[in-house]
Amino acid sequence: MTVPAAPSTEGDGQPSALELERRRYRRGRAVRSAGISAASTLLLVGVVVALVVTSPGWPRVRATFLDWDKAVESFPAVVDGLWLNIRVMLACGVVIAVLGLTLAVMRTVRGPVAFPLRLFATAYVDLFRGLPLLLVIFVLGFGAPALRLSGLPSSALFWGACALVLSYSAYVAEVFRAGIESVHPSQRAAARSLGLSYGQTMRHVVLPQAVRRVVPPLMNDLVSLQKDSGLIAVLGVIDAIRAAQIETALDFNFTPYVVAGALFVCLTIPMARLTDHVARKQGFHGAGGML
Amino acid sequence: MTRRPRFVVPVLAAAALALAGCGAPVDEQPAASATPSGTSSDPLAGCTPDALKTLTAGTLTVGTDKPAYGPWFVDDDPANGKGYESAVAYAIADKLGYARDEVTWAVVPFNTAIAPGPKTFDLDLNQVSISEDRRKAVDFSSGYYDVRQTVITYKGSPIDGKTSVANLKGAKLGAQVGTTSYTAATQQIAPTEQVAVFDTNDLAVQALKNQQIDGIVVDLPTGFYMTAAQLDDGVIVGQLPAQGTPEQFGAVLDQGSPLTPCVTAAVDALREDGTLEKLVGEWLSTQGAPELS
Repeated sequence: MTVPAAPSTEGDGQPSALELERRRYRRGRAVRSAGISAASTLLLVGVVVALVVTSPGWPRVRATFLDWDKAVESFPAVVDGLWLNIRVMLACGVVIAVLGLTLAVMRTVRGPVAFPLRLFATAYVDLFRGLPLLLVIFVLGFGAPALRLSGLPSSALFWGACALVLSYSAYVAEVFRAGIESVHPSQRAAARSLGLSYGQTMRHVVLPQAVRRVVPPLMNDLVSLQKDSGLIAVLGVIDAIRAAQIETALDFNFTPYVVAGALFVCLTIPMARLTDHVARKQGFHGAGGML
Repeated sequence: MTRRPRFVVPVLAAAALALAGCGAPVDEQPAASATPSGTSSDPLAGCTPDALKTLTAGTLTVGTDKPAYGPWFVDDDPANGKGYESAVAYAIADKLGYARDEVTWAVVPFNTAIAPGPKTFDLDLNQVSISEDRRKAVDFSSGYYDVRQTVITYKGSPIDGKTSVANLKGAKLGAQVGTTSYTAATQQIAPTEQVAVFDTNDLAVQALKNQQIDGIVVDLPTGFYMTAAQLDDGVIVGQLPAQGTPEQFGAVLDQGSPLTPCVTAAVDALREDGTLEKLVGEWLSTQGAPELS
């Protein structure tokens, strides 16, 4: 009868000496690699920072782009402008989502009768994905009011928002279409065999899965819309970037631009975390499922 | 036995070294500035092409934005000597001893002209108003034009025929972004409706044609140009009352540029001998515009 080298203490819930040794070893390795990665990162960052702050132009760059007093002074105006960005993003976002989904459904309808719908949706997407957004904003913003049609609003904000909606709906329609077409045909077949109509299949089986799958790319488009909402400033309204430009012109100090950039980033990051959280709560775990 | 990261360490080290290598700071030798040499009788003494540390030796590089607008430039061609700022540029060059063919023009967008960093011009003429706040970022020559802000509109607009600033309070006004005209609109008139800002004066004119705005605030010569050449039924409402120190356009130079004293001396000399006045008469509309009370 041989005595085991490391007496295992199975049964009383205590890990064996060997297991404890393994854990110590793993902890040691983890500490070591964390230390090395920290040192490597610090070294690289340190070199870059040292380079920047010892460069001959640094004092002037710091005074021009990172002036705390100027940042404080320009903050209210930039935030005022940002409020416009946020309002435009929210209002347009809702309309774009509805219009984009409608276009995607139109483009995926089956059967020869629905051909005109498919044709229209395809032509629309091709046209507005191809046109530069700034061009659409100029044509609508300065062209539509020039018609002098009574009843048409001449507000720059309205036409700028229209241009954003037209352009972005095309992008979002394609995202939704990708989602719809990614739902496996067996899902449709199962739904139809249970007696659901085409409409009910879309509504209860296909679209819920499709939308969940495209939440991350939709988020991309929302963030992009938040920034592009500033483009309507060319029509005369004041958004965050425009407000920063006005503040900059007073004394040629570029700090307000940095303030605007920081505010945009502060808006985007919480939005991204929120959508990830919502998607996870709704049972979206990516293509890999729960593995 | 640990696997040595044979590849990563040298690469990282090399990257750090390469970064450190490219950052050997270039100590810029302060250029010996060709200061006007002393004699109070002639501040331009010592300002010669040989002494001046210009971008390209022997030539004077003058910057302006593109498109170059009338009445400051004609036909979007600053090099033809036509238009007020083009003429002033050649007059300055002449005072400094540069012949016409020793003047080159560079396209310099407004934001590039005011940004820190190496400049692509010796001096920049772009209807930039001189202000103490802006002096913190760039050098200005002395002023070569005294600016008055005006309000223009179209016949039959809500502000057509108004005679006082107070009567403009309810108007929807527009101005070009980053200009003193915009500051005058927001602070001097302080209308109840937000002032619309445009990238260029051309866009402001388009909005006025569409009647999306009631009026534009611009400097007087540009206002004359707009009402005469760009609008079919443009009218000048009037000039805004002058406030505090008179506003002037100045040439923009790099901060601490060795040329500033000489360009300033040249502009002063042009004012002194009546050249500026003559050029104003030649290129800028001098007919009066009503004064707003």
